[in-house]
Amino acid sequence: MKYLHLIWAALFRRKTRTLLTLVSIIAAFLLFGLLNSVRLAFSAGDSVDGAGRLIVNSRMSMQNPLPESLGARIATVPGVTAVASSNWFGGVYQDPRNQVVSFAVSQNYIDLYPEIVLPADQRAAWERTRTGAIVGAALAKKYGWKVGDKIPLQSTIFPSKASGNNTWTFDITGIFHAKSEQDAGREQLLLFHWKYFDENNAFGAGTVHWYVVKVADPAHADAVATTIDAISANSDHETKAQTEQAFQASFIKQLVNIGLIVVSIMGAVFFTLLLLTGNTMMQAVRERTSELAVLKTIGFSSRSVQVMVLAESVLLLLLGGLIGLAVVSLIVPGIGAASGGMIPVHGVSASTWVIGIALMLAIGVIVGWIPAWRAMRLNIVDALSGR
Amino acid sequence: MGTLIEIRDLAKTYERGKQKVEVLHHVNLDIAEGDFLALMGPSGSGKTTLLNLIGGLDAPSAGSIGVGGQRIDQLGAGALARWRASNVGFIFQFYNLMPMLSAQRNVELPLLLTKLSAAQRRKNASIALQLVGLADRASHKPGELSGGQQQRVAIARAIVSDPTLLVCDEPTGDLDRQSAEDVLGLLQQLNREHGKTIVMVTHDPKAAEYATHTLHLDKGTLVEQATA
Repeated sequence: MKYLHLIWAALFRRKTRTLLTLVSIIAAFLLFGLLNSVRLAFSAGDSVDGAGRLIVNSRMSMQNPLPESLGARIATVPGVTAVASSNWFGGVYQDPRNQVVSFAVSQNYIDLYPEIVLPADQRAAWERTRTGAIVGAALAKKYGWKVGDKIPLQSTIFPSKASGNNTWTFDITGIFHAKSEQDAGREQLLLFHWKYFDENNAFGAGTVHWYVVKVADPAHADAVATTIDAISANSDHETKAQTEQAFQASFIKQLVNIGLIVVSIMGAVFFTLLLLTGNTMMQAVRERTSELAVLKTIGFSSRSVQVMVLAESVLLLLLGGLIGLAVVSLIVPGIGAASGGMIPVHGVSASTWVIGIALMLAIGVIVGWIPAWRAMRLNIVDALSGR
Repeated sequence: MGTLIEIRDLAKTYERGKQKVEVLHHVNLDIAEGDFLALMGPSGSGKTTLLNLIGGLDAPSAGSIGVGGQRIDQLGAGALARWRASNVGFIFQFYNLMPMLSAQRNVELPLLLTKLSAAQRRKNASIALQLVGLADRASHKPGELSGGQQQRVAIARAIVSDPTLLVCDEPTGDLDRQSAEDVLGLLQQLNREHGKTIVMVTHDPKAAEYATHTLHLDKGTLVEQATA
């Protein structure tokens, strides 16, 4: 520790260069923190313990429907307090670019989502209106919708028996808000009656895409999930009960391999960082050859000089990396909220910090190794005479 | 006064590619404790090489060097570094201070190798700066000091761990006459009042006048010995 001021002073000997290098490191670890948080958010494990809500969908694929009758059987499983159902609708408003995240849901659906706040009179109006739809405040604001409006949505999948084409008409009966900033993503949803969908769906009837199951004791969610899945075991509609996080992950995984993308991008970023920081360290040590020789002259051992150069490199990486991850932890909750719940990130996990710090140490040692080795091998007489 | 430095049959050969260059030939020399020795000679005569060998910065090709009864030519790199830290103070022509550290921190550098507390290190460095007349410049960085002041900081750094021996390589070579005289006066004071043994390489006959003895080297051999 008594050499710290010496290492710190050497690091900031050329302030501009060090600050520019720091900015690169901050940017690299900012990217790492963001991407790894996203990767982890979409890499939920198999365990559902601790989850208060489970999603039950087809084990084969999200597109495979489940029988509507299964809901009643799931409701009989010990530990289950409520079951709601939902169908993916794939709505588009006026232009194919205007995707509306819309679900056909059972009437009790929002009872399972206390984070959705809907005024009682609007709830009542929705329940008595067959074509009624409730929309999130952010979505309503986006398209200028208000209660009483009649809106057409085109389904990218399901034709309507009533219209003879993919256009479905809804009456907006309520506008809901999210209870907290963290759930702001839910304000991008449009929910309408499953019964209306089922009656008008030209592709068949009596099916749902997933069930939402409320669990009495989250600590026993694993056991509840196993029992639910056992109901449909060996049938043509085997289920997989999972956390909402895992459900969203599997949804996204159907579109892209997030893990591969993250690893590829981070590989390129850290390789560039290795070259950049390595070059900075080589240059910094080359410029200080005579100063390092003086340290050795006055009695610093070769090993001490080597460790100091290595420590300088590690300190540079730690400084930049920790600042980068700190910035990520500040902005990630905002990104999660702004994504409308599509990116389920709320903060930087402990594992991201651990991996990040391990990377900082590893890159610090790698980029500092050659200059440190050269500093250790430095011949005092040659260095002092400028050879 | 006893002999501090005993040099016997000392030779140093450098290899430049396939060529071997013998810089010092069988030098024999005794330097008494408390002596102030000036080493003079033309460029390439081997005086800096001899100084480096006496200071333990380089290893001889043949012969022996004893300092205070210890054969430093037989020490390994680590032991030699420790020996330098506790026995030798170095003063260079171009001061060689750390540009990013204050004068105080520069002087404290050799003390980082001791077990002294931070407070004691600060105190000792302050005393050394006071001794060279720069107590009021402690917080200044080398770039904020004149050449003469920088060299005095370097002298403070050299004496802060209270070494027996000071080796000086052209300590006034980069200074104006007045600053040079100040620095030489300081070295003389350290020799006379504090008993430091000083070996100084110089081209300048006026600088050599401050020494108690002057030795001339030519083509790697001692050719003459003068006493002040």
